[in-house]
Amino acid sequence: MTVVGERRPAGPVTSKATERVGDGRAAVRYLLPAGVLLLAVLAYPLYQLVQISLYDYNQPQASGAAPLRFLGLDNYGELLGDPQFWSVLLATVVFAAVCVAGSLLVGTALAVVASRARPIPRAMLFLAALGAWATPAMAGSYVWLFLFDADLGLVNEVLSGLGFTGMEGHSWMYQRYSAFAVVALEIIWCSFPFVMVTMYAGIKGIPAEVIDAAQLDGASWRRIATQIILPMLRPLIVIATIQSIIWDFKVFTQIYVMTNGGGVAGRNLVLNVYAYQKAFAGEEYGMGAAIGVVMTALLLMITVLYLRAQQKAGWSA
Amino acid sequence: MKSRISDAICVIAAILVAVPLYWMVLSALKPEGEIRSDSPRPWTLEPTLDAFRRVLDVEGFGRYFLNSAMVALLVVGGSIVLSFLSAVALTRFAFKGRTVLLVMLLVAQMVPVEALTIPLFFLVQSVGEVAPAFGLNQLAPLVLVNLAFSLPFAIWMLRGFVAAVPRELDEAATLDGASRFQYVWRVLFPLVAPGLVATSVLSFIHSWNDFLFAKTLIYSSTDNRTLPQALLVFYQPDEQDWGAIMAGSTLMTIPVLIFFVLVQRHLVSGLAGAVKG
Repeated sequence: MTVVGERRPAGPVTSKATERVGDGRAAVRYLLPAGVLLLAVLAYPLYQLVQISLYDYNQPQASGAAPLRFLGLDNYGELLGDPQFWSVLLATVVFAAVCVAGSLLVGTALAVVASRARPIPRAMLFLAALGAWATPAMAGSYVWLFLFDADLGLVNEVLSGLGFTGMEGHSWMYQRYSAFAVVALEIIWCSFPFVMVTMYAGIKGIPAEVIDAAQLDGASWRRIATQIILPMLRPLIVIATIQSIIWDFKVFTQIYVMTNGGGVAGRNLVLNVYAYQKAFAGEEYGMGAAIGVVMTALLLMITVLYLRAQQKAGWSA
Repeated sequence: MKSRISDAICVIAAILVAVPLYWMVLSALKPEGEIRSDSPRPWTLEPTLDAFRRVLDVEGFGRYFLNSAMVALLVVGGSIVLSFLSAVALTRFAFKGRTVLLVMLLVAQMVPVEALTIPLFFLVQSVGEVAPAFGLNQLAPLVLVNLAFSLPFAIWMLRGFVAAVPRELDEAATLDGASRFQYVWRVLFPLVAPGLVATSVLSFIHSWNDFLFAKTLIYSSTDNRTLPQALLVFYQPDEQDWGAIMAGSTLMTIPVLIFFVLVQRHLVSGLAGAVKG
């Protein structure tokens, strides 16, 4: 779900140079297997999600013990009237914003630094970043939990060794904000490499003459960075931002694993985990589906922005 | 424009980024007593495979590893065939509605598939009443779900690789009297192979990392669990066996790391291509 592999085709994709007899029918045959699968597993469930959200659909209804009752938009009404929904939505937005800002800042800054470093230090950085990128969310979550463990963790050990003796046995995951912060650190750790690699490729794509000329004219490094490199990277930054928003808005595994299902009394919930808990722990499938629909709508709005940005950058379909 | 400061920042950043990974492997190798020590040391003088043994023997990790591998390999196989066919149709055949399909493909990548757990749970449940092998607690629906959700991006990415094959080859093959089938499988397929490697590795990672759908669709069968769920079982609220958890995490990370190293050249070159365009 990234733009990572998007390649600029050699020729215009829309060219009809080799139109053959029966292309239309062949296309149907070639697209049929993928089409059937996507209709069955993606499109139909999406339709069902909306459907379920309009019903009073709890465990008795799911097991067939009670008849389904059509509620119309009642689930949505109840959801919007629930203060917990608004607090989860706010937490999701702020949390995603912190993760997005963090991975963009770290990724872009390190890309700039890497472009100025010698090959060996640069290779070290890329290798470490590749490792962080490749670590499965599940494994990464546990490693960071262990690092921040109250008694056995490395972080408290280092902090108390540095003189912060109050940090000995400090429980990071117990408080709402510090728990969110640790999860955010894990997410930034595994998502900045995507930004870094993207931006590094972008910087390498800037013709060396442009920067050489600016240097000859006596421009300081800071001016070159802010007035030449950043503006030229703008389209890439837009794409990477929106891509990160889409990822971080939908975080599930890290929150679920690291805060043990959304924290004490659900204070570390984000929308995705909230929907899941409502549906599968609370057995309120209709309400869970309604949250899912709200989330889909929000993400589709971001998608429209994404498509616009891609069109502006000139490499859309 | 090379500078010492940049070198130093690179090295420091590399170390900081690598610490969690180092700590994971180190803790997996530490003897149990050192793990439980209140003052952890950044090295161990007595590395042991005990934690790995605990994971593999006692908890049946091997079985879950095989389940995960089987699901991931089937997803990769399906993804190669389906994404290749679709990418060929979308780049090489002229037909009505192609642009619409391309936009739908992009939108499909944005759907928060996590929200679909609820309808999919019931869908798989009712399918299972007719075809038990595709019901809940079975691996087959997991394969289909992971395949479907990694497909839009795989097709999207592969489209670029297919489009990069010169069109003159199409014409030459036609002149030589090759049928469409021969052209697609004998000429295009081998030429697109590097792209297929890249996309199938990403499909592998997608499936290997999946936690949510495995958890939802295989909710009660202990035999058919996959790796992420197996790790969750180790994690007990009060008495964590951190050595085993780190060993399990290491085992889970290694295959992905191998595949990532294999594909990273394609990732970077694909990006460079996108940027230059």
